[in-house]
Amino acid sequence: MYEFSYHKASSLEDARSTLATAEDGKLLAGGMTLLPTMKQRLAAPTVLVDLTGIDMAGIEGKGDNIVVGAMTTHAAVASSSLVQQTIPALAALAEGIGDPQVRNRGTIGGSVANADPAADYPAALVGLGATVVTSKRSLSAEEFFTGMFETALAEDEIITAVSFPVPEAAAYQKFPNPASRYAIVGVFVAKTANGIRVAVTGAGGSVFRNAEMEQALASNFSPDAVKNIAVDSSGLNEDIHASAEYRAHLVGVMASRAVAAM
Amino acid sequence: MTDNNRGIGEAVVRREDSRFLQGRGQYTDDMNLAGQLFACIVRSQHAHATINSIDGSAAMAMDGVVSVLTHEDFAAYGGVPCGWGVNNKDGSPMAEPKHPILAEGVARHVGDPVAVVIAESPIIARNAAEHVQVSYSELPAVVSMQQALDASAKPIHGDTESNLCFDWELGDREAVDQAIAGAHHVTKLELINNRLVPNAMEPRCAIGDYNSATGDHTLYTTSQNPHVIRLLMGAFVLQIPEHKLRVVSPDVGGGFGSKIYHYAEEAIVTVAAMKLGKPVKWTSDRTEAFISDAHGRDHITTVELALDREGNFLALRESTHANMGAYLSTFAPAVPTYLHSTLLAGQYRTPVIYAEVKAVFTNTVVVDAYRGAGRPEASYLVERVVETAAREMGIDPVELRRKNFIKSFPHDTPVALTYDSGDYAATLDQAMIASDYAGFEARRAEAKQRGKLRGIGIACYVEACGVAPSNIAGALGARAGLYEAATIRVNPTGSISVLTGSHSHGQGHETTFSQLVADKLGIDYDSIDVVHGDTNRIPFGMGTYGSRSLAVGGTAIVNAVDKIIAKGKKIAAHLLEASEADIEFENGEFRVAGTDKMKPFAEIALTAYVPHNFPLEELEPGLEETAFYDPKNFTFPAGTYVCEVEIDPDTGTTEIVSFHASDDFGRIINPMIVEGQVHGGLVQGIGQALLEGCVYDTDSGQLISGSYMDYTMPRADDVPSFSVDTCVTECTHNPLGVKGCGEAGAIGAPPAVMNAIIDALSDYNVRHLDMPATPNKIWSIIHKASAAAA
Ligand SMILES: Cc1cc2nc3c(=O)[nH]c(=O)nc-3n(C[C@H](O)[C@H](O)[C@H](O)COP(=O)(O)OP(=O)(O)OC[C@H]3O[C@@H](n4cnc5c(N)ncnc54)[C@H](O)[C@@H]3O)c2cc1C
Repeated sequence: MYEFSYHKASSLEDARSTLATAEDGKLLAGGMTLLPTMKQRLAAPTVLVDLTGIDMAGIEGKGDNIVVGAMTTHAAVASSSLVQQTIPALAALAEGIGDPQVRNRGTIGGSVANADPAADYPAALVGLGATVVTSKRSLSAEEFFTGMFETALAEDEIITAVSFPVPEAAAYQKFPNPASRYAIVGVFVAKTANGIRVAVTGAGGSVFRNAEMEQALASNFSPDAVKNIAVDSSGLNEDIHASAEYRAHLVGVMASRAVAAM
Repeated sequence: MTDNNRGIGEAVVRREDSRFLQGRGQYTDDMNLAGQLFACIVRSQHAHATINSIDGSAAMAMDGVVSVLTHEDFAAYGGVPCGWGVNNKDGSPMAEPKHPILAEGVARHVGDPVAVVIAESPIIARNAAEHVQVSYSELPAVVSMQQALDASAKPIHGDTESNLCFDWELGDREAVDQAIAGAHHVTKLELINNRLVPNAMEPRCAIGDYNSATGDHTLYTTSQNPHVIRLLMGAFVLQIPEHKLRVVSPDVGGGFGSKIYHYAEEAIVTVAAMKLGKPVKWTSDRTEAFISDAHGRDHITTVELALDREGNFLALRESTHANMGAYLSTFAPAVPTYLHSTLLAGQYRTPVIYAEVKAVFTNTVVVDAYRGAGRPEASYLVERVVETAAREMGIDPVELRRKNFIKSFPHDTPVALTYDSGDYAATLDQAMIASDYAGFEARRAEAKQRGKLRGIGIACYVEACGVAPSNIAGALGARAGLYEAATIRVNPTGSISVLTGSHSHGQGHETTFSQLVADKLGIDYDSIDVVHGDTNRIPFGMGTYGSRSLAVGGTAIVNAVDKIIAKGKKIAAHLLEASEADIEFENGEFRVAGTDKMKPFAEIALTAYVPHNFPLEELEPGLEETAFYDPKNFTFPAGTYVCEVEIDPDTGTTEIVSFHASDDFGRIINPMIVEGQVHGGLVQGIGQALLEGCVYDTDSGQLISGSYMDYTMPRADDVPSFSVDTCVTECTHNPLGVKGCGEAGAIGAPPAVMNAIIDALSDYNVRHLDMPATPNKIWSIIHKASAAAA
């Protein structure tokens, strides 16, 4: 790790202005992604702006939405009775992230900001049609995730919360990478007020929806309706654990299992 | 047996646990010496490159940097030595290229040490290491063994003719060729034994310290065998005589073989400490461990098994390519040869066997012994080819094995070993019953209803432990003897220090050895302490590997105890005014036979040190004895493992639903520790079969599986709750009758798992699948077969 200076922000505005004036500042949430990257010297921010002093943790129901503060840990989402009652699929997804240490430190804001192509939360955000609330604006999950490790966030923009519309039903199925346990493929299926949504993480450069599956499920909501829908493997990720063809196949399997679980 | 029930055969809770489980162990990195400096090693990022120049001036200019060392600073010293020479078929010696401490003109693998920065803190050293300017010209990397042996490939070493290290053979080629040519059936398999990264929990660490007043060097290092390091580094690298070099290996957090070897970093910190007059510490991080700890396995093999019409084995032929990596690590040449091909008889009477092994240099990290060392590779190929032959000939795989078992002992194999004892049929039967083998088809049918492919696989392994009779090892090229030493020091008040040359790095020796001594002397377990891991405190030692600690080190302890008892009898005879021949020793008491005249052990000890009325002409004061024990033979643990898997055809995922191990480890001192050793070995074996694969990019030679994000270490939820038991035949040539249990799991598990997977996939016409059997590979097989059927 290179040397850096540390600033514990006292307010959102303090965090934002420190970030805006820093030469190469970075927000620090749970540190589960940022700190290992710094230890490996792959990232070398000069200033770390710690968000833990700002009150952005917590889960509340607001109308038809569940609003999860950016600093809410995965463990808090997993164990929240509100989430378990309203969107059990989201609680289960959070419970399946990493290990207990990671879940007790890692936050939804950090995960979403990081936009790891193999992360779990992006599937829930896109699958549920969530809204990302920032220090500047609100934007839809699909607008937010723009590419591999890329988001629509501006340099000095801070995620404050994620708002999830409560679906009629939803389920998430993840095929974990045997080494990292991130998603090789994760599929989130939801019956929402705006129709059926199928969001896929892990398979591509960034989370994406599968329109063909959404249509198939709209006319026949059953596991078999999606299981054999061929997913084009071109452009999908490929690594020592899974070929693009295998990932394409797993999208169908995970989608049908998600449907079966609903 | 002692009255407190902590003698031989008792499941005594490990004495070590209280400090290890509370984080109170003392590991090398926990030690910090006054004025200590820190080394950071600049390693090659290229698999193969010419080093044009190294400029350390920018690093030297940084605050807190004390020194930058390159190969020139080590010009006066030898290279990293290899401890085992293997000859070619024609009797000529193997190619043994120079292995410099720091790369000399050429870097030969990603991670090859090129320069060293020494600074006042680890962070400064690491920051400065990034400022050492190394100018490289990349050379084509020879990554795979095929590339290395290609006629167009340039040798990666300037001092060898090619990338072939040796071309070795064992057995009667002609007899095997003939038997195969005339056989009713020949099963041929081509298989890969996948390369593994050891990943001991504690990364390596070394501290060099030099006392300029006395000229004494001390090396603290994470080693499985401090005396071996003293010998290798002192005599071959730095020319420091033994009495001026102390090597200390305190608590060591796992080794699995990877901490046997003498590594360059040990010489680096020793030299740097002398040059700089301050202690120098180097601690590996995990990333560095992946590219600098010796890897394991990495064989490509063709094996053929010839059978007659009835299924009797007629001959076995092996042709293997074994990857050595870029240099020869300490034991590397022995692993695919004498520790491997000698095990090709397995549990069977195969009358003739021939093996040829070509060892190959590549631009990868060195490969050496890793838990099992050559025997997992042997048991894998034997048990895979036997299984395949059974399937091809339509014979029940269990019956084919049983039919060919060795049934009488001692048994001379055609590959140079004499098995002393075993009862393979009994072990097999025990495993069949414990695993409800007979009920398998019903379980398979039930699984099928759930859409799962269920398979069962067995493996009957044998291994050679207790390395090694020095005369045999010497005849086979070992450049060291492989005995063990122990001292029993009885203190004046009767407590005991056991000084052992074995080294515990997770095996629980402090418990097991104390049990041994408590049992033999009939004294309190708590009055015994086991001391290991320090060349200045222990007379000598060859260390711990090859499941040798109990069979060899334990025997040395028992022999030293016998000497203590013999001397105690003399003292007792004197005190009791009896003839020495009439003194009996039992339950901690020296007694005149047939009388109630008796002296307890503690009184004998005290008398030995307070010799007021001692017959000094006949008896020296003191009660301390040393024994060196050189075994007469290897020991031969064996067992049958039964693995049941369920494959999810939709994803190709394999779940191990049950695993039973029946092992014959000879006599058992502490059944709980043995069970733990089996569990750990099984997890490593299952890891190799299902999860672990070290992957290099074949063009660039970069290590792709260089972290836990990509290298799959087995986790608790990857394995089932194991069922294990033992089936004992005693070793006939050591006094304890013990065989060793440290590696069995890693040796027997891979073929059991793979045989179960092949069985589960029997509808898909798969003959073989290379490890690790990842979901992607299995899905591809199922997918291709389904596509072909459609
Ligand atoms: C061993 C391990 C296993 C893991 N397994 C999984 C897994 O299975 N699935 C999975 O999805 N993830 C996994 N993760 C990642 C984990 O979920 C991380 O917690 C998460 O990716 C980052 O969250 P964090 O709070 O730790 O963020 P940090 O590491 O602190 O920050 C990550 C990035 O987000 C930025 N950031 C943080 N908060 C905000 C904010 N409010 N607004 C704007 N930017 C912000 C930071 O500047 C930084 O760039 C794993 C991590 C580890 C270490």
